[in-house]
Amino acid sequence: MSYSAQRTGLLKGLTALAAVLFAVAIYLDLFWVGPEATQGAAQRVFYVHLGAFLGAFIAFSAVVVAGIAYLRTRNPKWDTLGLASVEMGLGFSLITIITGMTWARPIWNTWWTWDPRLTSVAIMWLAYAAYVMLRTGIEDPERRRRFAAVYGIIAFASVIFTIVIVRVRPDTIHPVVAGPTQADPTGGFEVAGDMKTTLFFNMITFALITLVLVWHRIRLENLVHYIERRKMEVLAELSR
Amino acid sequence: MSAEPKAEPRAVPRARRAARRPVTPYLRVVGAIAWKDLRAEIRSRELINSMVLFTLMTVLIFSLALELDKEARQTTVAGVLWVTVIFAGILGLGRSLAAEKDRGSLDALLLAPIDRSALFFGKMLGNLLFVLVVALVLVALLTVLFNVSLFEPRLLVVLGLGTLGFSTVGTLLSSMSVHARAREAMLPILLMPVVLPVLISAVRASTAILEQMPRADWLPWIQLLAVADVMFLVGAYVLFDYVVEE
Repeated sequence: MSYSAQRTGLLKGLTALAAVLFAVAIYLDLFWVGPEATQGAAQRVFYVHLGAFLGAFIAFSAVVVAGIAYLRTRNPKWDTLGLASVEMGLGFSLITIITGMTWARPIWNTWWTWDPRLTSVAIMWLAYAAYVMLRTGIEDPERRRRFAAVYGIIAFASVIFTIVIVRVRPDTIHPVVAGPTQADPTGGFEVAGDMKTTLFFNMITFALITLVLVWHRIRLENLVHYIERRKMEVLAELSR
Repeated sequence: MSAEPKAEPRAVPRARRAARRPVTPYLRVVGAIAWKDLRAEIRSRELINSMVLFTLMTVLIFSLALELDKEARQTTVAGVLWVTVIFAGILGLGRSLAAEKDRGSLDALLLAPIDRSALFFGKMLGNLLFVLVVALVLVALLTVLFNVSLFEPRLLVVLGLGTLGFSTVGTLLSSMSVHARAREAMLPILLMPVVLPVLISAVRASTAILEQMPRADWLPWIQLLAVADVMFLVGAYVLFDYVVEE
């Protein structure tokens, strides 16, 4: 089994650290940093929005790494990493979408609009939902792991697409905060001073939270397998 | 090639190595597999018939459902075109590998001493041809029924690039979905989100071209389409080996 008391201790420590950092981050977002000049309080959700997207991005990148590593080594632990990362990525991209919608309501005057970036992020979410569907649809465990690895790599195209779409064809109204801005974003703003500090802090916090959650999910998956094996052993014992 | 094996005392490992190395030239294999699919299709016509009929019905349903007037037709025709191509294409892709697996000929193909990627490109080429035929039928159909001329060289380039990307991803994913439970439902679920970069840029480029927009409005989409195609071709080339190994 791949977990020990010592590593569980480290995980506990990291979990506590993530919780503290998250509390501080929320304090920074809501109270410490000043409101944005034109958008006021609505803009505060942006720190969580970008932080959660970073979490999703890290998780989906981990799926690619896990996929390549699984196809090379055939070690099931990489498959577990892939599964755990997909599930966390789904959660974080959902947070990204929901926080984006709550911001869009006052700024764009609509919850949702069929903008290229909004559409592509929705499709990105669907691609990873399809990953979960694919796993349930294939019975042979070895083949399931192999196909999941392949699909996890291919599905990353939707993540790349979500990121590049506003750079390739800037007719989206979604603001681009980092890098060159497009022709006419609606609700764009400059990130400077305290906002930069807050954003940076949120990014680190969300990266850590992602790491911790993925770790917990891997541990859970390992425990499930462990219990299954124990059950089989007990059954074998009883039937003897 | 003739005298060399005799000079070698340890002939067995050599022969084994030779058997592992593909004997038939790569492109011949690709051509042979595509030609096999094409010939089977010319004789049975089951796939192309159902795809074309499906296309016709979809176009009729679209025009009924959208109640298109003259201006609306101009702006939606690209969307109708691509959605129909994708749906008809999925119909074909699902059959292409499922038939191969059900008849057991997939195992024979995998046993053949050929490069696995040649097998992939052969199947992909066959699928691409079917989708392209459907797309061209559709272009003619929409030109007549919607009274919008779609015979435009730039649009045909978009059509070629779009169907190429679609059949590349489609062939790879349909070789996975044939092993899944409820495979007919699985293929579209797997394929649609992944093929979106291709679909979105194809629709955007087509609309911009049809509406006579300036170059800056369609060229970036065609470039994005080409990049997506290359990305998917390389990805499928590398990953197909892992999908079919057994």
